[in-house]
Amino acid sequence: MTYVIAGSCIKDDSCIEVCPVDCIHPKVGAADFETAEQLYIDPQVCIDCDACVEACPVDAIFADFELPEKYGYALGLNAHFFAERSTAERTAA
Amino acid sequence: MVRARPRVAIVGAGPAGAFAAACLLRARGDAEIDLFERLPTPWGLLRGGVAPDHQEIKRLEDTFDRQTLQCGCRFLGNVEVGVDVSHAELLRHYTAVIYATGAQTDKSLGIPGEDLPGSSPATDFVAWYNGHPDYRGLEFDLSTNRAVVIGNGNVAADVARMLTLSARELERTDIADHALEALRGSRIEEVIVLGRRGPAQAAFTSAELRELGHLDGVDTRVDPDDLALDRISRRWLAEQGTFTARTNVELLREFAARPARPEARRRIELRFLSSPVEIRGSGSVEAVDLRRNEIVRTADGALRARPLDTDMETIECGLVLRSVGYRAVPLPDVPFDERRFVLPNNHGRVHTPAGEPLPGVYAVGWIKRGPTGILGTNKRDAEETVSCLAEDLRAGALPEPPNPDRAQLDALLAERKPDLVTVEGWRAIDAHELEHGRSELRPRVKLASPDELLAAAAGRAPSPAPAR
Repeated sequence: MTYVIAGSCIKDDSCIEVCPVDCIHPKVGAADFETAEQLYIDPQVCIDCDACVEACPVDAIFADFELPEKYGYALGLNAHFFAERSTAERTAA
Repeated sequence: MVRARPRVAIVGAGPAGAFAAACLLRARGDAEIDLFERLPTPWGLLRGGVAPDHQEIKRLEDTFDRQTLQCGCRFLGNVEVGVDVSHAELLRHYTAVIYATGAQTDKSLGIPGEDLPGSSPATDFVAWYNGHPDYRGLEFDLSTNRAVVIGNGNVAADVARMLTLSARELERTDIADHALEALRGSRIEEVIVLGRRGPAQAAFTSAELRELGHLDGVDTRVDPDDLALDRISRRWLAEQGTFTARTNVELLREFAARPARPEARRRIELRFLSSPVEIRGSGSVEAVDLRRNEIVRTADGALRARPLDTDMETIECGLVLRSVGYRAVPLPDVPFDERRFVLPNNHGRVHTPAGEPLPGVYAVGWIKRGPTGILGTNKRDAEETVSCLAEDLRAGALPEPPNPDRAQLDALLAERKPDLVTVEGWRAIDAHELEHGRSELRPRVKLASPDELLAAAAGRAPSPAPAR
């Protein structure tokens, strides 16, 4: 499983601070941080610890199996963000 | 010598002020912080801007409360700095003053007819439906069947959504009662949202755009022709476009490909590459004239809309909401950058227009950087300002004020503002609103008049109207 950040994310960075495996991006200072409308969890790296869920001030983070229907799209969106990012990094390299 | 505790006034209890207070308490646990607020209620746009159907975002107020008011930071509500207390007086009572007053007015379009009755800033409509006491008396003509929203940002999306949600959906929110009543009787069938530039340049977040396309009983349409991106936009999207811009274009293509739903209660039409050139009507708004635009790349690489030399198009409508951005207003006795509409500052340290430092004066949030970013942006912004302040304190650059005792300030306020609202007053308002909300199965029922707010703060709460 993985945790998923939904559309009510306000880009408070509390989740980034507590994530033990650095799987929440973009991080403050990254090139795409300012333009990102929300933060995303890399499903390949997330270890399902739920530290971010506790830290989020607006309850925007859900376990994938508990994702409310209206945020169903967010599972694909979080994964898609990292797929695009790795393509961009490979292209740049 | 034992240095006195630094005393800091934060002017404006919105998100920027709250993040600054929380951050300052982390950096300087010994600081005595007073959060000044013009209204009797804290949290600024979190209460008065965030849409009533976005309750999950409003949960941030619990964090603000826990990190500020529950940590000894005082709330001094119903006090207007510059009117009730001057800037100079604050400097006599505090080691430092942080301005967090936001951007209180709207940008204008600069086209004929924009001030006709029936044409309003979207920000007025937002403040009205959110129960801001200064806006409760406004009236919006909802007897018309078509409204035009000018702008392509999240405020435009919010107002389009509020105009199309059903009464049943609105009843579950903390929308102001006067707005709920008015929207119940709304005859609006269609909302047309106009973007100056193309779909790739729309400023909506994809979360807000997705929501617009998935409203119950609302047919959200986009003309497929608007989605045939021009060469410049295609290239920009592929090479420089953000993740949000690409997601937005995909969403819009999805909306455009869906079959029309004639059974829908209401319609939203998203139109791009269209600029209003005039708002017309005899006495009140009857129509908007539009010109078609094309996208051009300017010398600095930015993509701009340029009007095409084609025929004008006219949309008949009875309501126009202009949502082209917020703008800050100058504060009495504090320097103001009239070009950028911010307090002139360097990383949050305010200086004169000529660049002379003003020791002890700081800025945070929209009054510092302009009206950009989302809620969380203010956290980093606050960290920057607070680190400047903490550095100045460490360096001994901020002398103790002439009247350093809290009691001296309190005596001044007692004389000027007998109806000051402290944290106890705000808690009484909050408890009253939440309790009234419980009786109506709503998150909260807001008090929207200054008299009711002050009465509730003083423990003379008006009794809730009987549940409908």
